[in-house]
Amino acid sequence: MSGARLELDGIGKSFRGLRAVHDVSFDVPAGAINALIGPNGAGKTTIFNMIAGVYRPDAGSVRLDGRQISGLRPDLVCDAGVGRTFQIVKPFKGLSVLENVTVGALHRRPRLGEARAYAADILMQLGLHDRRHQAAESLTLPDRKRLEVARALATEPKLLLLDEVMAGLRPTEIDVMVSFLQDLNRRTGLTILLIEHVMRAVMALASNIVVVSYGEKIAEGTPAEIARHQAVLDVYLGEPEPA
Amino acid sequence: MNLLARLTGGVPARSLWGLGLLFAFLLVAPALLGKYGLSVLILVLYFAYVGQAWNIMMGFAGQLSLGHALYAGLGGYIAAGLFFHYGIGPWAGVFVAVLAASAAGSVVGYLGFRFSLAGVYFALLTIAFSEFTRIAFDHWAWAGGSGGLFLKVDAGSDMLNLRGGPLLFYYVILALAVGAFILCRALLESRLGRYWLAIREDPEAAQAVGVPVLRCKMIAIVISAALTALAGVWNAFYYNNLFPETAFAMGRSIEFTLAPIIGGLGTLFGPIVGAVVLTGLGEIFTDLSEVFHVSGLKQIFYGLALLVIVMYRPAGVWPWIAERFGFGEKRQ
Repeated sequence: MSGARLELDGIGKSFRGLRAVHDVSFDVPAGAINALIGPNGAGKTTIFNMIAGVYRPDAGSVRLDGRQISGLRPDLVCDAGVGRTFQIVKPFKGLSVLENVTVGALHRRPRLGEARAYAADILMQLGLHDRRHQAAESLTLPDRKRLEVARALATEPKLLLLDEVMAGLRPTEIDVMVSFLQDLNRRTGLTILLIEHVMRAVMALASNIVVVSYGEKIAEGTPAEIARHQAVLDVYLGEPEPA
Repeated sequence: MNLLARLTGGVPARSLWGLGLLFAFLLVAPALLGKYGLSVLILVLYFAYVGQAWNIMMGFAGQLSLGHALYAGLGGYIAAGLFFHYGIGPWAGVFVAVLAASAAGSVVGYLGFRFSLAGVYFALLTIAFSEFTRIAFDHWAWAGGSGGLFLKVDAGSDMLNLRGGPLLFYYVILALAVGAFILCRALLESRLGRYWLAIREDPEAAQAVGVPVLRCKMIAIVISAALTALAGVWNAFYYNNLFPETAFAMGRSIEFTLAPIIGGLGTLFGPIVGAVVLTGLGEIFTDLSEVFHVSGLKQIFYGLALLVIVMYRPAGVWPWIAERFGFGEKRQ
């Protein structure tokens, strides 16, 4: 497993005339962890859905390691090496935790036994191994978020799209997830793009941050630059409290 | 050996023993049961078999078909028609029948799945196809029209042409039921089977982890239709008559769904247990109907049985039995 470079080139999407995303371009270098932030309704998840093949962009293109993936079906985007989680978690409720992740693993390991062993290994890494025989619907929300990550990782992606996986987690759980992702990125070189509102996680993880508002990119830079960027402070982060 | 190990892997020993005993009983059952008992057992196996076929679509892949009579009817009519008109035996006709039903399944499936009809809307499409096929057969002279198609009742035995007594039909439907059971187990323990379960649970999430959703659904409907067509062929030669009014009836499609729903959707034993419960008790109610001269007791019983199951055991009878007696097969 190693990371792939993601390039968004002027992508846009409208829904019945309502402009959700307009002319957004940015790159995520291979092996980097970048974040996509912005107010609710800014179009972050729509951007994810265009990368993951759920929506076909009206304009522009998405490339993975130089290969155009925009317009492909979601299963083919997965095949190209993109794993994604859903903001509103989508476990296979009636299946066990292990079976959930096994479905992901089957993508590159068609034999059920091998896929199951690989899935068990990933569950171990995410601390869900003890719960592997539980039905997914019986998991708590934080565990369901972890399950989303585990299932996406099981497809052995080169780019991982994480849509608010920290939401609902306690601060200590956030730290665990952050260090897991850092470690994963260091070990495998997996490229990660995350949508996140938990700034503590964003600041710890991201080497570069893209900020969107009303469907347009308003800023891009290192965490330090973004924290001082006036437009970002105006629309999203707010003014720092006076000392 | 490898295949056997895969098929039996993870199944508790007592379940295997139970299964072996059941199979042994079924093999010798005709010697133990009278004529009537055998006819009931034949019905049980028939409903277990079609239930298994329907379960592939609904129980595994989560696609509700209320028009499976279409495939049984097509299969039966084609095999019977070829035999009636041209003397082509069902041993050959069955291939044409299965092919035609698979083609019909592909059409229904493609229209439904390609245009993302889900749940009830897909079910309506399956009903529509079954209904208009019924009307077409009403007016198709080759198939006997609404007057029906009759095969000559032949007491002699000609196994290849499915001419013979109840014993022949018993062993044929037993072979089909056993075959379908093994096939379903093998499918469930394969990548395709797991993909179906994922699609049933959440198609969008399934597609995101690389499941080719449309293709998997198409395979499900084609396999299910092909298996159902075999039941139709068997049925046509067992009863020796076919009428569009019954072969493509909505009621028949619903009958196919009852055993798996009552026994347990998505389980391997659900259709079998459901068929035993429904046919066994259904026969009793049919007898009661005759004794008390009240018709339709069986239908009332079917309705009540469904109601009770849906309200108190929505997962079906089998998962409840399996849990109580430690047989281990859960809804995957």
